[in-house]
Amino acid sequence: MEIFSNILIYFVIVPLLTLAGLALCRNKGIGAIRTVAVIGASALMVLAIALVAIFLQERGAGNEAEMLLTGSWTWYEPLNIKLSLGVDGVSVVMILLSAFIVFAGVFASWKMDPLPKQFFLWFFLLSTGVFGFFISIDLFTMFMFYEVALIPMYLLIGVWGSGNKNYSAMKLTLMLMGGSAFLMLGILGIYFHSSADGNLTMNVLEIAKNNAIPENWQLFLFPMTFVGFGVLGAMFPFHTWSPDGHASAPTAVSMLHAGVLMKLGGYGCFRIAIYLMPFAASELSWIFLTLTGISIVYGAFSACVQTDLKYINAYSSVSHCGMVLFAILMFNQTAMTGAVLQMLSHGLMTALFFALIGMIYGRTHTRDIRDMGGMMHIMPFLGVGYVIAGLASLGLPGLSGFVAEMTIFIGSYENTDVFRRVLTILGTSSIVITAVYILRVVGKLLFGAVQNEHHRQLTDANWFERLSTTTLMLSVAIIGCFPNFFVDIIRDSFVPVVKALNEFFPVAGI
Amino acid sequence: MSFDFSILVLALPLFMFLFLGLVGVKMGKKITGVVGTIAMGVTLFICYSIALTYFFGTDQKQVIDGVRQSVLAYDWNWLTFTDKLVVKLGILLDPISAMMLIVISTISFLVHLFSLGYMSDEYGKPEKGFQRYYAFLALFTFSMLGLVVATNIFQMFIFFEMVGVSSYLLIGFYYTSPAAIHASKKAFIVTRLADLFFLVGIMVLSYYTNTFDFKELMASPESALSTAHGQTFMGCSVMAWALTFIFIGGAGKSAMYPLHIWLPDAMEGPTPVSALIHAATMVVAGVFLVARLFPLYVLEQGAMNIVLVVGAFTALYAAAIACVQSDIKRALAFSTISQIAYMMTALAVSSNVGEGIHEGGLGYMASMFHLFTHAMFKALLFLCAGAIIHAVHSNENSHMHGLHKYMPITSIAFLIGCLAIAGIPPFAGFFSKDEILVACYEKSPLWGVWMAIVAGMTAFYMFRIYYLIFHWKKHEVKEGHHAPHDMQWTMTLPLIILAVISCVAGFIPFGDFVTVDGKPLETHTNWPVAISSVCIALVGIGLATKMYYKENKLPSQLKSKFNGLWTAAYNRFYMDELYQFITHKIIFQKICKPIAWFDRHIIDGTMNLLADMTTSASFAIRKLQSGSIQSYVLVYFVGAILLAAITMVIVLI
Repeated sequence: MEIFSNILIYFVIVPLLTLAGLALCRNKGIGAIRTVAVIGASALMVLAIALVAIFLQERGAGNEAEMLLTGSWTWYEPLNIKLSLGVDGVSVVMILLSAFIVFAGVFASWKMDPLPKQFFLWFFLLSTGVFGFFISIDLFTMFMFYEVALIPMYLLIGVWGSGNKNYSAMKLTLMLMGGSAFLMLGILGIYFHSSADGNLTMNVLEIAKNNAIPENWQLFLFPMTFVGFGVLGAMFPFHTWSPDGHASAPTAVSMLHAGVLMKLGGYGCFRIAIYLMPFAASELSWIFLTLTGISIVYGAFSACVQTDLKYINAYSSVSHCGMVLFAILMFNQTAMTGAVLQMLSHGLMTALFFALIGMIYGRTHTRDIRDMGGMMHIMPFLGVGYVIAGLASLGLPGLSGFVAEMTIFIGSYENTDVFRRVLTILGTSSIVITAVYILRVVGKLLFGAVQNEHHRQLTDANWFERLSTTTLMLSVAIIGCFPNFFVDIIRDSFVPVVKALNEFFPVAGI
Repeated sequence: MSFDFSILVLALPLFMFLFLGLVGVKMGKKITGVVGTIAMGVTLFICYSIALTYFFGTDQKQVIDGVRQSVLAYDWNWLTFTDKLVVKLGILLDPISAMMLIVISTISFLVHLFSLGYMSDEYGKPEKGFQRYYAFLALFTFSMLGLVVATNIFQMFIFFEMVGVSSYLLIGFYYTSPAAIHASKKAFIVTRLADLFFLVGIMVLSYYTNTFDFKELMASPESALSTAHGQTFMGCSVMAWALTFIFIGGAGKSAMYPLHIWLPDAMEGPTPVSALIHAATMVVAGVFLVARLFPLYVLEQGAMNIVLVVGAFTALYAAAIACVQSDIKRALAFSTISQIAYMMTALAVSSNVGEGIHEGGLGYMASMFHLFTHAMFKALLFLCAGAIIHAVHSNENSHMHGLHKYMPITSIAFLIGCLAIAGIPPFAGFFSKDEILVACYEKSPLWGVWMAIVAGMTAFYMFRIYYLIFHWKKHEVKEGHHAPHDMQWTMTLPLIILAVISCVAGFIPFGDFVTVDGKPLETHTNWPVAISSVCIALVGIGLATKMYYKENKLPSQLKSKFNGLWTAAYNRFYMDELYQFITHKIIFQKICKPIAWFDRHIIDGTMNLLADMTTSASFAIRKLQSGSIQSYVLVYFVGAILLAAITMVIVLI
């Protein structure tokens, strides 16, 4: 069949095959389960790297199309539901990010107990949803995959979580479902206005080309979709699922959730809300800029007083993800490129953080920084990893956080209006607050005297933990050292959206 | 001759950092140190070749019309922001960067060598974390070299951050000590705050000039500044704001008041590190930054005046504190702050005499000269302090006294350092300080007198430290300890080398090499200024000799007489307490905690309230589905009657 000649579809098929493989394993056959999971994750990583190569080759060959590798297959004719695939630079790097995190996540949950088979089943179902979302350019399939990615979260936290897990799982799922209710409304609204001549379509590219959504409808639908995705992107004041959810989630789920799932929010805001409704975006951006601006500073300040490692990172995520949405709303290529870099950076770095926290928690059985100290002495590998993650988070040059934040700040400052400039300068202040809470944790957790004598017997990371964290550390360093490789892939993808915005908003640099 | 090989000065230290950091643990400790030191020796050799080729090379293109040209050896695109704003990483060689290469590589190499002994115990066994120490030293050297050869302001910012983090790692080297953790954290956060301003300054500057590149900015500073013509913010031109913000960034690294508070605490790090980072190289990054952008600052006198006032005030303020400190390293730290402020002031008084940038560039040249000589003699003083601390295992000068007899080489080296910093001819400090004073007098006699007073105080406090360490009274050897003695050759050799440099560096005809516009600058000794400054220094030394050479009651009498002033200066005029109050009592207690509370109780509370309301509403509604037929029938009939009534009303009306 023609559909199978498109590499993109394999990003859904491979996880599904892994699911099937896992289903065939015996419940107790941990060796077989691990083998299948590793094969699945590695295959996804190879596919993702191949996709980057293909993408670069196509672009190098002068293919200037907005989306590459497009294809469309009708699924349900009466409702115009199609499976439309296609990628641009943004989705390519998002797929790459997801593949790396899934790979690291498999190794981080090497010793998953109990029910390892079921855990990996849900884990790969979640991955299917994530990859499916990024390869789709059809509103319906996007929404469908989005839901596929959300639902397993409930079980993953509810069954394998820790602490107040029932409450957290319920809260997370309900809040995100609330968001997708808004999103559903928004998508239906967009669909029914997708064309002026009655040929309704779900295809994002066609809707953008038709540019037929009436302005008053845009003003109604834009907030729906933006808030719908914004909930997932931890936008103030809809972020409170994040601290509780992360605190209760098992390691790999926290990694995948902060590393990839939260990116669905930012990606959706850009791809659906802003791209399809540029008029409303430029009219209403001030509201959401204010909210995301608050997120940045508010999350950072909140992180300063937390004592639970996971809460610190959850609030730090609020701050960093706030920066993603903030940059997208700055409406120029540079800032938006920065937003994608920040998504990559935050994804890898937070996944690394959560992996390390999980490994530390697995040994000490506490996440309270007041009960720990001198870990650098006891587990040097994990300690160094934590410092690297921390330095990436506070924006050390050579690691990913720096390039992302600098691109965002320089891009945001390109806007000439006072409102955006003031917000930009407010946003830059986060680099200091971030340094405060990161160094506070590093000082308390890793340095100083050993607080608890029992901790002296703890061991350092073993091979699978090293593999998992090293993958992430290297990725963080590669982005930080060779940012232009990624910028070249990402940057041109924003030309269409910036052009669309330019009709209503004075975009800098056009 | 081409400068293709110059990339090695960055590549080699970076490689050494990765190499020592990754495989150092597997190697023996001693070997790591030796390998690190040899690699640094090679780097030193490369740096000297670059600088010598640059200054004495016979290439025709290097000097055009008597003006020394800058050379762009490398320039790679690293990160694209916009079409015009591209961050490049590269190597720019010009007089000041070539000079800095010499300073950094010399001090860094000597510190590597010195540390072999310093970081070992009495039996020559290396300390725990020896490999880590050498890896971090290599990282710092890489960052600092990258900073001075920066081709654009963004590269400079990148390496500003890098030196900041290497400084953080090295201050916190003894990571089990709470004081070291606290000091490293403080150093990083204070300089980060300054870097925030630096970043905002870069954003403003690059937005209006559309470039990060130093060469483009310097090619015609007037037109670069005029791009923002007429743009003002709160009454000042945006460029003045940008340059002021950039200066704040430099002030953070260079420990200018009020951002100086991190430097004295940074002395918690190993002493060779203090010599390298917190005396000779990183702390002058701010001066280097202002010098690099000097042609822009000259055109924005508003920003320049801020530099002047901050510099002059800091010089006096830090000198006053240095006079009463009892911890030898902290006293040296305040002395460093004061001397860096000297360089800052020299830059700021430069070139506003209306004679054009060349003739007015005396202060600029003097500042760079002082940077060079100061790096040498201050590193010398710190390494001596390191040798002393290694010998007596304490930082407090009350545990020292009378060491001259036990450590003669260290004593003489320290004395040379003191003479150099006090500005006694023919030692290095005399020449550079003298030119700074001349430049200050030319600007205004006020600043000349002001800086001369600081010079007198410098002489006083340095000799106070010297006498308290090496004389004052007989040394009491603590029981169970060896008598202190001079150290092994790896530690004394650096002292001797630096002492020799401190003696002769003043005779370098600096004006021939480093000037603001690349043309050689004729300097003449200004006899009135020279003689008066030497006299002031001698007064300071005499006073110190009277008070501290032999144990006597005078210092304690003076102390009780001026108790208030003495206590205030000893406590650094309570700046640390002020910061502590602001960060802890206000930001932490009044901002962070309420926000966290608000989040948990108001925002999250609203979400929980919604959930609870849903639950209770469904409980309420649940009663309708009671399952009892009687109540269903009752509801049915009541409903039917009501509907009928409503229908009738509607129909009738």
